[in-house]
Amino acid sequence: MFQALKELIKYRDLFYMLTLRDIRIRYKQAAMGFLWALFMPIVAVAAGILIKQGMATASGHTVDMLGVVSISVKVLPWTFFISSIRFAVQSLVGNCNLVTKIYFPRAVLPLASIAACLFDLAISAVVLVLILCFFHLGVSINILWAPLILIFLVLFTTGLGLALAAANLFFRDVKYIVEIILMFGIFFTPVFYDANTFGQLKIFMLLNPMGSILEALNQSIVLKQVPDLHWLTYAGVTSVSMFCIGMLIFHSKEQSFAENI
Amino acid sequence: MSNAVEFHEVWKKFKKGEKFDSLRDSIPHFFKKLTHKNGNTPLREYEFWAVKGVNFSIPKGGVVGVMGPNGAGKSTILKLLSGIMSPTKGKMTINGRLSALIEVTAGFHPELTGRENVYLNGTILGMKRREIDRKFDEIVAFSEVEEFIDTPVKHYSSGMFSRLGFSVAAHMDPEIFIVDEVLSVGDIAFQSKCAQKMRELLGSGATILLVSHQISLIQSLCKRVLLLNHGELIKDGPTDEVIPYYQNVTFKKIEEDFKHKVTQEQTQVKVKQDLLVEITSVSLYGKDLKSKEEFSAGEDFEIKVDYNVKQEIDSPIIIIEIIRSDSVLCCCLNSKESGVSLGKVFGRASIKVIFKDLNLAPGIYLTKISFWERDMIHPYIVYSNNVIRITARKNNIVTNAIFSPKVIWQIGS
Repeated sequence: MFQALKELIKYRDLFYMLTLRDIRIRYKQAAMGFLWALFMPIVAVAAGILIKQGMATASGHTVDMLGVVSISVKVLPWTFFISSIRFAVQSLVGNCNLVTKIYFPRAVLPLASIAACLFDLAISAVVLVLILCFFHLGVSINILWAPLILIFLVLFTTGLGLALAAANLFFRDVKYIVEIILMFGIFFTPVFYDANTFGQLKIFMLLNPMGSILEALNQSIVLKQVPDLHWLTYAGVTSVSMFCIGMLIFHSKEQSFAENI
Repeated sequence: MSNAVEFHEVWKKFKKGEKFDSLRDSIPHFFKKLTHKNGNTPLREYEFWAVKGVNFSIPKGGVVGVMGPNGAGKSTILKLLSGIMSPTKGKMTINGRLSALIEVTAGFHPELTGRENVYLNGTILGMKRREIDRKFDEIVAFSEVEEFIDTPVKHYSSGMFSRLGFSVAAHMDPEIFIVDEVLSVGDIAFQSKCAQKMRELLGSGATILLVSHQISLIQSLCKRVLLLNHGELIKDGPTDEVIPYYQNVTFKKIEEDFKHKVTQEQTQVKVKQDLLVEITSVSLYGKDLKSKEEFSAGEDFEIKVDYNVKQEIDSPIIIIEIIRSDSVLCCCLNSKESGVSLGKVFGRASIKVIFKDLNLAPGIYLTKISFWERDMIHPYIVYSNNVIRITARKNNIVTNAIFSPKVIWQIGS
């Protein structure tokens, strides 16, 4: 695996150019350009507010500002996650002519598509920060946990993306399964609601690494607390091991990509 | 001196058909693989060997051509070399930075501009961004698309597209260079630029592997040729030895197809029973008076025609034509024009025509013999059933020419 990483570092310029390509072609000939990066999060946040409102009405509460902010903070990483997985799964098959014609470490392709999604996340995060500043929501020292949690998010997404991209190359079924799971995954992950809503069943929400990552983000940014360190450790361990597993699967199958695509 | 490329007993297996391993098949296969030694699993019915135990090595700075008919395994070997695929069995070693020109425009994205694509394709082929920065102007100037460099390449003509692709690839400076049929892009002017670039690369001391069907190209650039067929390396030697061998092999195949076609035509055309003249046999002889079909250029050569005339005819005319396999009439001999009169003929007889120095260029030819009535108004019979193969000798390369005379060159001062 270290050899694979070393080769990836050697090809970092290619990684950069492919990321640039993925970003560019997404917004080429689109009148709104980069603003589209905000479109999906805005729709998702709107949907979240609607659901929150529904739940609040049912239980007789009102939606507070904090609830809305917490949805926005969790929606952004979640949209990053699903679009990354979606693009990564297609990255090898979609670049079929490159895979069969030219040699380079194939991991660059899914990595670049994930990096392009990270760019979108960055744009929408900047907008979110501006909005939060506008509402004078303030920060605490605990926001310093956020970068670490984001690293876990990226590692987990990358590992899963790599493994699924390789799997999709051999069996195109993967793409359909992934599509369905991503579509309904939002209901199984605490994005629009808090894991605490479930009381004793909270553990099932947090066993999903995405769940514990999002909850930790919410705690550190919105609730201004120290994240639940047990669950944060869990998220860290699963993310790092997911990344390693993804890299290993990808690397061990890489040699047979060209003839099986 | 160390070798830049070494192939040791390299085998590569492919699947054919649309079959892919279903889980039901692959699980037992996986266990079978565990019990067998690596790569020694038996060939399943939908698999075949694309490369069968190929051995060769190329020293640093060597320029080697790779030839062979379609499906011989040339591209597979190049893909193995460039690392796109790995061999099923065997060992290969590569010493040095390798660049492959297998498909130069594969990395292009139609929505991006020429400039963006130069960078993208360059990095895909293994260049660094700084390297491209440095060479950018040179690349663009070489491709001759300066004017449109900021236009998305989807609007490019196909010539501009492939020129830009080649230019990027040609500006790498690798130690080992693999070229697969990419030199024939653009117009004549651009092709000569490509050839110029190739020569520069040759001069730079790079090791080059060149796959091409263009005999003249291989001949002018390579000193050594590897000849492949059905995945096997059948010949490995100096260019002027391997190319004639390859061409003779190709000719044999063309000849078989041609003979097949000729005999089929013969059976299709019903022979008229009431022919006055019947040609019983046509045979070809060499200098040693042995009947044969294969001659080398410059050899003496005889055609003997046995015929049977059923009713007396007065002074028929015999025409002997030699036609090349692509229907080019190479030679037409008319007995009347040669001043030969057959007089009154009846019954069985034969005619022999002796060719001094058959100066036909190597290739496949067909003889066509016809008997005409003396005013050349209608033929009694037309007979074309014999194939002559003129083979190339060593140091004698096949061209499209018909005529290969013996000449003496005199260079004046």
